Amino acid sequence: MATLSPPRARPTTPDSHDFETRPYDLVKEFVIALAFVAVLTTLLAAVFSSPDEKPITMQRWATAAPGDVVATAVGELAGTTTSATYGAPYSHAAQGQTLLGVPLQKWGGVRIPVSSQDLVLQPLTGYAGDPRVAAALQLWGGASAQQQQAWATTYADALATAGGDPAAVPRGAYGPVPLLAAAFLQLARTGGLEGALTSSGNFYGGDQTRSVLLLADGAYLEDQAVAQHLGGDQWGMMNETGNYPGQPWMWLYTFWYQVKPFSTSPNADAQVWGLMMVLTLALALVPWIPGLRSIPRWIPVHRLVWRRWYRTHPRQ
Amino acid sequence: MTTGQAPTGAAAPAGSWTAWLRTRISRTVPPGQVLPDRQPAYVASWIYVFGVLSLAALVVVIGSGVVLSLGGVSWWHDSSVGHFVNSLHLWSVEIFFAVMVVHLWGKFWMAAWRGKRGLTWLSGVVAFVASIGTAFTGYLSQSNFDSQWISSEGKDGINAIGVGAYFNVLNPGQMLMWHIVLLPVAVGIIVGIHVVLVRRHGVVPPLDAEDPHADRPRMEAD
Repeated sequence: MATLSPPRARPTTPDSHDFETRPYDLVKEFVIALAFVAVLTTLLAAVFSSPDEKPITMQRWATAAPGDVVATAVGELAGTTTSATYGAPYSHAAQGQTLLGVPLQKWGGVRIPVSSQDLVLQPLTGYAGDPRVAAALQLWGGASAQQQQAWATTYADALATAGGDPAAVPRGAYGPVPLLAAAFLQLARTGGLEGALTSSGNFYGGDQTRSVLLLADGAYLEDQAVAQHLGGDQWGMMNETGNYPGQPWMWLYTFWYQVKPFSTSPNADAQVWGLMMVLTLALALVPWIPGLRSIPRWIPVHRLVWRRWYRTHPRQ
Repeated sequence: MTTGQAPTGAAAPAGSWTAWLRTRISRTVPPGQVLPDRQPAYVASWIYVFGVLSLAALVVVIGSGVVLSLGGVSWWHDSSVGHFVNSLHLWSVEIFFAVMVVHLWGKFWMAAWRGKRGLTWLSGVVAFVASIGTAFTGYLSQSNFDSQWISSEGKDGINAIGVGAYFNVLNPGQMLMWHIVLLPVAVGIIVGIHVVLVRRHGVVPPLDAEDPHADRPRMEAD
């Protein structure tokens, strides 16, 4: 008998080891289950394969959407892009999201410092061979922050008015910004931008933080994702490219982003995370939560599971 | 005397850590219940199959992942064999979650935490959550468009709660390590604890089942 602790006075669930038994081959069950899963997996893999949409390269971005690359570069210089105004862990530019007024994002600290201007300037600094670019960088570096801001925002506005076409932008007080943006586009076209962003002097570049932040600051990445039904308001959190199941187990997490107040909240990410933590905790602690633990008694699905047992052991 | 244990009838040396650990292990699961060849008569439903199916799927997930790791991170992008192994990994994960969710809901409706089985339930939920994290890092480690988009979106949630600098979803090197080492080890340990707890307490009896030995004092494994 399985007696591992002293007797208790309160009524408890009977010891499972005291019930009548029947033969049950656990090892055979596992081997059959393993064979079943292995065969089913092989069939599904052979019939449906798996998605592998090629990553967007900076070269592809520059070729497919040059105007977006230029606008993004100017935005980085002006400090108006998403990453430039993000806050922790990349910068002190904003407080970031809060949960019930608690600035969790800010508390995380700026531990991966990313300067949005450097996303453009650093690759160009290493782009040797063009004296005009070197002069433009020198001019930019010698200017005050206010002057830099004025050049970049003025050019960004002019670019927007011109429909994103640098050639259609009228002459103006843009300083070296047009030349820097054009050189950045040219660098992206050569395919050298990824290496300049990720290596940072290290032969082995394994951290893509800066390159993904830059790519996400443009519109091209999101446009491609929305076309694949991966947008945040398209249940994209649980989808993947092509007609594949993705991560359906993320349905509840994704669900909250589709409904108010989360769908319109500036703190949606923190709020959804907080809510999911509470719900997950509740699920884990069901055995100890009065009411919640009684649901299986109120909705007797267990009558189906143990229908044979109840047939031969009717309850009093 | 070569058995390495105290002679029958002789007490183990006082303060022996080895003897303490041996006793603790031997008492973890009741005698004969590690791999019993019989189960209580009420264990007669297809819902019981989903627990062992979850274990079987986890074995296929880990096996296909191990094969995938032989070729490295980019092998599956330019090799038809590698791509097929990736497909095996993907679909075994889908099956794993499907059967695990059925298993979880089955246990919920059976109120399977009764009879001091709260930790068994808790460990199962933790295994489920850890598995979600493992799958998430897998999507981030694919080095394709999905990885780019999921990481750029996922960072906002992680950063919003202040842990993005420590768990940087934009760093595929870090995510790959979590995916193939840290999280699988965590899932493996939690699942191991879960299975031991199942064997320790046995399969939960039906709701309101009469105690077969109601005429004697109740004694139950904790």
